[in-house]
Amino acid sequence: MATTEGTSKAKPRSASGPSAALPDSCPILDTDALIDDPGVNVIVCCGSGGVGKTTTAAALALRAAERGRKVCVLTIDPARRLAQSMGLTELDNTPRQVKGIQAKGEGSLDAMMLDMKRTFDEIVISSSEPERAQTILDNPFYQALSSSFAGTQEYMAMEKLGQLRQSAQESGRWDLIIVDTPPSRSALDFLDAPKRLGSFLDGRLMKILAAPAKGAGRFGAKVFSTSIGVVTGTLTKVIGAQVLQDLQTFVASFDALFGGFRERAEATYAQLQADDTRFIVVAAPERDALREASYFVERLAVEDMPLAGLVLNRVQPVILPELSPETAIAGADRLSEADEHHLTAGMLRLHADRVQNAQRQRRLAERFCAAHPKVPAASVAALAGDVHDLDGLREVAVGLANG
Amino acid sequence: MSDWPAVRLHVVSGKGGTGKTTVAAALALALASGGKRVLLMEVEGRQGIAQLFDTAPLPYEERLVAVAPDGGEVFALAVDTEAALLEYLEMFYNIKRAGSVLRKVGAIDFATTIAPGLRDVLLTGKAIEAVKRGERSGEPVYDAVVMDAPPTGRITRFLNVTGEVGGLAKVGPIRSQSDSVMGVIASKRTAVHLVTLLEEMPVQETLDGIEELKADKLPVGAVIVNMMRKPRLSSTELKDALAGTLDEANIRAGVQAASLPTRISADSVVTALTTEASEHAQRVDLEQAERKRLGATDQPIYELPEMNGGIDLGALYALARLLRQQGAA
Repeated sequence: MATTEGTSKAKPRSASGPSAALPDSCPILDTDALIDDPGVNVIVCCGSGGVGKTTTAAALALRAAERGRKVCVLTIDPARRLAQSMGLTELDNTPRQVKGIQAKGEGSLDAMMLDMKRTFDEIVISSSEPERAQTILDNPFYQALSSSFAGTQEYMAMEKLGQLRQSAQESGRWDLIIVDTPPSRSALDFLDAPKRLGSFLDGRLMKILAAPAKGAGRFGAKVFSTSIGVVTGTLTKVIGAQVLQDLQTFVASFDALFGGFRERAEATYAQLQADDTRFIVVAAPERDALREASYFVERLAVEDMPLAGLVLNRVQPVILPELSPETAIAGADRLSEADEHHLTAGMLRLHADRVQNAQRQRRLAERFCAAHPKVPAASVAALAGDVHDLDGLREVAVGLANG
Repeated sequence: MSDWPAVRLHVVSGKGGTGKTTVAAALALALASGGKRVLLMEVEGRQGIAQLFDTAPLPYEERLVAVAPDGGEVFALAVDTEAALLEYLEMFYNIKRAGSVLRKVGAIDFATTIAPGLRDVLLTGKAIEAVKRGERSGEPVYDAVVMDAPPTGRITRFLNVTGEVGGLAKVGPIRSQSDSVMGVIASKRTAVHLVTLLEEMPVQETLDGIEELKADKLPVGAVIVNMMRKPRLSSTELKDALAGTLDEANIRAGVQAASLPTRISADSVVTALTTEASEHAQRVDLEQAERKRLGATDQPIYELPEMNGGIDLGALYALARLLRQQGAA
C-alpha cells in the first residue's frame, strides 16, 4: 500500500493562494484527517536539506496536540529560535512538555531534540555492565563512530523513534509521535544509512578484524582465511599496524556487546512499515528538492512504506493572477518611460516577479504530479518572516490544513 | 582584480538549499575566463554538476563541461569514493587487485562510508592531487580547482583531516597522507567560501562555520550571499510599505497612468499591489537584519541575485560575470 486512502479528499482547489502551485488533477493531502486518525501513531517527515522539514514536523505536532492528540515531536536540528519557542533550550535527549499550547481535551505536546552521541552512549550503557561500557565509551573508534560517522545520525534517529514508540505503548503518554529526519543531502539517506551501519557493524569485515584478536580458528574456512590475509595485509599497509590493532580491540569488545546489530537495525527499519506509520515527504518548489522527493516516493512504494503525501513548502503565493507578468511589466515600462509614478512602477515589477516565480514553481510541481498522479499533496505559502514562535507554527499548520 | 590571487583550491560550502553547487559552478566559470583551465569537483555523489550543465551523469573522469567567456575551459569530475580508494591503493601500494576481495568483505564500504576520516582524506586528497598535478614540471594542469564540498555543518571536520585521522592514526601511511593534504588545505593556496541566503538559519550556520574554520586555522574565504531579491522599491517606499503608510491615492493614480487592461479593476490592482509590497517589505526588512549580522565578519561578501527563470547555462554565465565583477575571480 503505497498511498493511503482516506487522507485525501475531493475538494476543489482555490484558484489563487498557495494551492495554485498544485495542478487540479493532484489529489489533496488532508493533513487534519491524517493527524486526527487514531490509527496513525507515527508520522515521519522526510525530504532533502533546507526544505523546512523541522518546521513542518513541529507545525503538524502543535496542531495535532491542539486538536486533542497526545503528541511527541522528535526534532533533529531545529533553528535556534524555533527550538526556543518550544522550550527546547537544552539538549538533554528527553521529551519535555511544550508550554503555551491551546490543547483540546487530553491534547498535549512534548518535544525533544535528538542528541546523537548521547543516544548511542545510552545504548552502550544500557546493554552492558559499567566497566565494559566505559571501555567502549573511551575507545577512540567508538568516539568517532558515535559522533561523526555518516549514517550514525540517521541510525540514532530511528533508534530514538523506536524507544519513543515503545515508551508510548507502555506508558500511554503519547498516541502520536512525529519525527523530523536528519538534514542529509539526500532524503534516501534516512532509509539507507541505518542498514549500512548495521550491516557494517555486524558484517564480515568486523568478523575478520575481530578474528586475530579472538583466534582465527573460529571461522575455519580456507577461503575466509585468505580473505583475512588480504584484508589485514592491506589495512596494515594503509592504516598501519598500530591502528589496525586498536581497531581490532574495539571490534572485539563491540562485537561481544551487540551481537545482532544488523537485526536491531532491521527491526527498527521494519517498524517503518507498520500499519500505524505514515510518511510525509517534504519539498520546496525547486528542481533538486522535488527530484529528491520523487526518489523518496518511489522508494517508499518499493519498500511498502505508507506514504501520506507530499508537503510543498515555501510556495510563492499569488494575488491577482489575472494581472499577468507581461501586462504588469508593460504597465511599469509605460510609467518608467514617462518618468512618473516610480512607486507604482516598482510595485508592478514586484508583482511580475512574484507571478513569474509562481509560474516556474507551478511548472515544477506539475512535473512532479504528472509523474506521481496518485500522491496527495498540500502546499504551504512562503511566509514573509521566519517561524520562531508557536503562533508562527500555528499559521504554518493552518496553511497546511487548507491544502 | 581577484581577491584570491594566490588561491589554487576554492572550497565551496553552504547549508543545504542555499545553492552551493550552482555557486561552485559559476565560480569555476569565473575563474576559467580569460583562457584558464579549471577543474570543478563534486564529492557527494549526487551528480549535481551534470544536472546543472545538463549533461549525462559524470563518470569518474575529468570531462570538459563548459567553455568560459574569452576561452578558458571548465572540466568536471564527480569523485567516487570507492574509485578514489582503489586509485589510491594502486598509486601508492600497487595493490589494486585486492579490490574485489576488499569489496566482498565490506572493507571498501568500511573505508568509504564509515572509517573515520579515511573517506575525507581520499576526497580532499584527490583535490590536492589535481591542484599539484603538473606543478613539478612548472606547468600546473589546472589553474584552479573548485570543490563543491559538504555542507557548512560538516565542512570543518571534512577539511580538517589531520584532526580527524590524528585521533586514531598517530603514525603510518594514512597519517602522512593526511599531513600532506593538510599542508595545502591549511595554507594560503586554499580558500573556503561559504554560500548563504539571507535567512536566519543559513546565516547562523555561516557565522558558526566561520568561527569553526578559524578555530581550526583553516583559511576562510568569502561569504557569498545567493538568491538576493531584486530591489523593486526604494528604501523610503519599503519603510512606508512596512509601516502600512503607502500613499494609496498615489498608487491608484499610477495604476491608472499605467493603462492596464480595463477588465482588471483598478481597485483590485491597488489592493493586490499594496499587499504584495507589504509582504516584500517584511521580507526585505528581515533580509537586511541578516545582512547586517553577516557584516560583522571580516570576510569579503559577494552578492548574487535570485535568477527568476531558474538556473540554466545562461544564468550560470551571468552569475560568473557577477562574481568576477565583485572580485571572486
